[in-house]
Amino acid sequence: MSIATNANTANEAIIEFRNAGYRLPDGQVLLKNVNLTVGRGETLVFLGRSGAGKTTALKLINRLIDPSEGEVRIEGRSTRDWDPIELRRHIGYVIQETGLFPHYTVEQNISLIPRLEKWPAARIGPRVQELLTLVGLDPAHFMERYPHELSGGQRQRVGVARALAADPPILLMDEPFGALDPLTRTEIRGEFQALQRRLGKTIVIVTHDTSEALLLGTRIGLVEAGELKGLYLAREFLRSNEPVASAYVAQLHALEVFEKDK
Amino acid sequence: MNAIEFFSRHGSEIAEATLEHIWLVGATMLLSVAIGIPLGILVARRPWLSKPILGSANIAETIPSLALLGFLLPVPWLGARADRITITALTLYALLPIIRNTAAGITGVDPAVREAARGMGLTSRQILLKVELPLSISTILAGVRVATVLTIGVATIAAAVGAGGLGEFIFRGLAMVNNQLILAGAIPAAALALTADFLLSLLERRLRPAR
Ligand SMILES: Nc1ncnc2c1ncn2[C@@H]1O[C@H](COP(=O)(O)OP(=O)(O)OP(=O)(O)O)[C@@H](O)[C@H]1O
Ligand SMILES: [Mg+2]
Repeated sequence: MSIATNANTANEAIIEFRNAGYRLPDGQVLLKNVNLTVGRGETLVFLGRSGAGKTTALKLINRLIDPSEGEVRIEGRSTRDWDPIELRRHIGYVIQETGLFPHYTVEQNISLIPRLEKWPAARIGPRVQELLTLVGLDPAHFMERYPHELSGGQRQRVGVARALAADPPILLMDEPFGALDPLTRTEIRGEFQALQRRLGKTIVIVTHDTSEALLLGTRIGLVEAGELKGLYLAREFLRSNEPVASAYVAQLHALEVFEKDK
Repeated sequence: MNAIEFFSRHGSEIAEATLEHIWLVGATMLLSVAIGIPLGILVARRPWLSKPILGSANIAETIPSLALLGFLLPVPWLGARADRITITALTLYALLPIIRNTAAGITGVDPAVREAARGMGLTSRQILLKVELPLSISTILAGVRVATVLTIGVATIAAAVGAGGLGEFIFRGLAMVNNQLILAGAIPAAALALTADFLLSLLERRLRPAR
């Protein structure tokens, strides 16, 4: 396990987009000319509206797709030079629709990668318990259940536990808290922040919720219509007076005005 | 001669023919599963192979069974033994539902589940064995069930080339215009088909993944 690194001291680029773009075989451009780096222990949030290209950007990182222009480098090596299986085992992935295996129990879902990686059984059991506790699910209660016996929010948490199972140094999360009610969401975010500090992983999260972006991200990347429109330190984002950023900030302020009115 | 007398007199003959029938059907199913499931996987994985593979299986299905046996008769190794051509012909018929259901089962797996498996770093072989096949097993079994029932019926033509089975009674009965003889072949064949259908549907329900 890596030791937690403070975002301020992070300088080693773990994820790097260099003029990366992606287009479909029919020529339609989904992402163009993205440049950014994510340092060790940093959390980058992709913020943007539906269809902007956020999921596409994540898939470039774990090589579910190859860039059609430029390159994406992970730990200094272009994804093209990584064995895709090795690269993906190195990167935990929480997909937007959770994608839990319906024929596996919660325990089997979480332990799949450790089992494939031939961890000794004596290590897998405690690991699953630890992870379930971490995401706020009582192991005794949930281990033996099947995904269809869980609520949407519980499924998402199992998805997070599964992505963390083999302790990958990089974590990609595509709207991991989308299916949660606002109260649980706030709770989980808090837990997640604590987790972030403790685990020191390099994380990329996708969301279209500005307050979530501010809470979880050390940096925020605005994605619009396939382009990275801006990259901000989380604490600078609120003060930014660039038009693209202020639209998102205005969304937050709308809420505050409403609260003052009450 | 009443039915009871008839069956007691021909009982051992019927039992023997039933066993022959089961052997023909069993061998056919083993062969068609061994060929059909891989072909179904291929169809699901390489959509451009779907037309040629499913098309050929479809054509085989449309050839009248007696004609098919006739076509196979002159084929060197096959034609040498009656059970060989029968099993080959039956297999050609049984393939279509197995290929089609295997392909449908695999293509029907939730894309999010497949995406998650790929994203987690499963190899394409692991995705097939640990995710796609387990999730489509009940659909595949449904195809095997349809094929089995079909084969039990069609296997009665084995008698036409002297491969035995329950068709023996039917052909003899037809030749001698003897309904009892026809029934002595038809009833056990129907009972076999119903039993196979029932057992396989039980298994199918058993293996259907929860959703
Ligand atoms: N395989 C594909 N074929 C065609 N269009 C695609 C494909 N994948 C993505 N797109 C399109 O590319 C655009 C970006 O998709 P992407 O999934 O990256 O959006 P997103 O920012 O993640 O949106 P959301 O917040 O709704 O999940 C969308 O307009 C989408 O319809
Ligand atoms: Mg998305």
